Amino acid sequence: MIAEFGRQVRAEWTKLRTVPGWVFALLVAAVAVIGLGLAPGMSGSCGTRGPGSECKPPIGPGGEMVSDGLYLVAQPLAGDGSITVRVATLTGAIAGEHGKRPGLVPWAKAGLIMKASTTPGSAYAAVMLTGSHGVRMQSDFTGDIAGPSDSPPRWLRLTRNGDRVTGASSADGTTWITIGTVRVAGLPSTAQAGLFVASPDYTATAGGPFGLSGVESGPAQATATFDHLARQGQWTASEWTGTRIGGPGNGGPFEHQDYQRSGDTFTVSGSGDIAPLVTGAAGLGVSITQTLVGTFLGLVAIVVVGALFVTGEYRRGLIRTTIAARPRRGLVLAAKATVVGAVSFVVGVVASAVVLAFGVGVLRSHGVYVLPAGTGIELRLVVGTGLLLALSAILALAVGAILRRSSAAVAGVIVLVTLPYLLAVSVLPLGAAQWVLRFSPAAAFAIQQSATQWAQVDNVYAPAEGYFPLPPAAGLGVLVAWTAGALALATVLLRRRDA
Amino acid sequence: MNALRSEWTKLSTSPGTIWMLLGIVALTAGLSAASAATAGCPAVDGCAVDPARTGLIGVQLGQAVVVVLGALLLGGEYGTGMIAVSLAATPRRTSLLLAKAANLTALVAVSGALGVLGSYWFSRLLLPGRGYHLGALTEPMMLRAVGGSVLYLVLVSLLGLGLAATVREPAAAIGIALGLLYVFPIVTSVVSAKHWKRHLEQIQPMGAGLNIQATVNLHGLVLSPWAGLGVLAAWAFGALIVGWLLLIGRDA
Repeated sequence: MIAEFGRQVRAEWTKLRTVPGWVFALLVAAVAVIGLGLAPGMSGSCGTRGPGSECKPPIGPGGEMVSDGLYLVAQPLAGDGSITVRVATLTGAIAGEHGKRPGLVPWAKAGLIMKASTTPGSAYAAVMLTGSHGVRMQSDFTGDIAGPSDSPPRWLRLTRNGDRVTGASSADGTTWITIGTVRVAGLPSTAQAGLFVASPDYTATAGGPFGLSGVESGPAQATATFDHLARQGQWTASEWTGTRIGGPGNGGPFEHQDYQRSGDTFTVSGSGDIAPLVTGAAGLGVSITQTLVGTFLGLVAIVVVGALFVTGEYRRGLIRTTIAARPRRGLVLAAKATVVGAVSFVVGVVASAVVLAFGVGVLRSHGVYVLPAGTGIELRLVVGTGLLLALSAILALAVGAILRRSSAAVAGVIVLVTLPYLLAVSVLPLGAAQWVLRFSPAAAFAIQQSATQWAQVDNVYAPAEGYFPLPPAAGLGVLVAWTAGALALATVLLRRRDA
Repeated sequence: MNALRSEWTKLSTSPGTIWMLLGIVALTAGLSAASAATAGCPAVDGCAVDPARTGLIGVQLGQAVVVVLGALLLGGEYGTGMIAVSLAATPRRTSLLLAKAANLTALVAVSGALGVLGSYWFSRLLLPGRGYHLGALTEPMMLRAVGGSVLYLVLVSLLGLGLAATVREPAAAIGIALGLLYVFPIVTSVVSAKHWKRHLEQIQPMGAGLNIQATVNLHGLVLSPWAGLGVLAAWAFGALIVGWLLLIGRDA
């Protein structure tokens, strides 16, 4: 049985490699993926305006790229200690196309922070009141613990004990609720402790006719008033120092950030976000996924080969010879699927590996900031692109065996795989787009997602920006299910029908 | 004239034709109805979405069947060897191609009109309930969107015919046509360099051609509605001319 299958696979491999048109189409697929991946379709301003214009986001304690923009009013705190304050008010302004208008973004932050230094990217722990996500305890850019969902006025307290920092909140200053305790390994013995205010850019989908142009975003600023400030521990300085860390680029509408003190009341204005860096509307640059757009074009060529690999036999009558030679029809289909799947997998892996090796360099040389992804993610993208092409080829093969017509199989599979994605990134509203990308074979493109979706960062997490509703493996699983279903039906029909 | 009649006989007696024509009508009207029934207004400050595009979106699905119909009309004959018989009966190859194009135009015009009018009827019924206003057919812009969508489908079918005459393998012709229609806009969507993006949007057959459906924000289009349809016509007739030159220039 196994030997027979091996012979069958070899026979099918001989058929595939001796049809010049199919070999040509497979080469076209590889060239399409590589060519579109290396074509400089983008340009940016990073590094193109002389020294100093390079985009170098700070690196957080975990090694990831972060944004670290806030206004800090702090003093050095030596060793253990605590700081308590009441956030009296929290308001904000956003800058749109028609100038500034009042508005507080959901992740605007105002509260207490203990930070290693004023260097962007340094370790920290903070407890804060947010625009519309209640009280939060956050640390080292990626940590986020939810507290009570309250609005100002609200009391906050941050307590340091060694490398552990505890955040607590209170409605009246007497009954305290602990939100959480985090370990901040990067906190030196003397840390900067005090008040901070930050406000990430606002993002909104304007519902335009096309996904991408429908995204609206712009800088925002938050202003908080603090009072009832109390400290415990060894505070070495007597005066508070206001420092602007990072934040939006020079010349932005919220260039002026400051703090004022009148008696016991501090008024602090800040802009920027203290969070992991994202790509797209609320972030910087693109993810490496964008270099793999040629997969769509390569897929079309692969689908044509996959369908013709079986329908061609029906047209020429070769199928009768094939079945006469190998009467086990299920094995015939399995061998064909193995051969066309393996070849497509190799095409996808080789082409995407070339793109990832060189495409990022091309983008960077054109001034586009490309968010680095770990080796594990790059490996997933390469293997995933191979699997995507292999599964599409087998799906086309199965549909071809069901319909026995190459034209209908080619059109059907291309429509099933590309049209849902196209509609999702162009005309469909976000809800419908995500629904489509959960159930159609196009869900499998999730395997190519390289950007991370963070709950504590507001961004347009839409398919058009490279964010898929399903996790990578689950998305690919949807295509596996479609392919397995089609293959099962094809096997049943091949056995029952006369050839 | 005889070529026209013999082509009509072939088309009308081939069992797949009627299914494809029904498919064009059903898929076009079906997707449009689904879109109209689920359309929403995500923006706080009013809908920026074009109701005509939303209501006629099914054209983007129906065109796949139109491509298959156009590609099989000639490409299918190469697969079965029928092409030799056709050319023996109609030795003037130009007449053969013209007869096929004329029959195809007539069939797609009728089925496309049914699909597009069905889309319009569903949208007119469903969109007002979703907060949109869809104009009456007597309004010039609405008439242009509906009539233009039918012309769009006819041009797409001619693109399929021209590509089939060029590559002689219907599956490859369908792959190329659908790649042009569906993948071109996907590739364009990741291009961020503004002038490149604009040029690509102006030359892609589907994106430019569907400008004919625009009824709002006309000055924001990369091409005017009729110029956009002209781009698709250039693709379709370009493919037809290349196919025609190859058809008269090489053995079948």
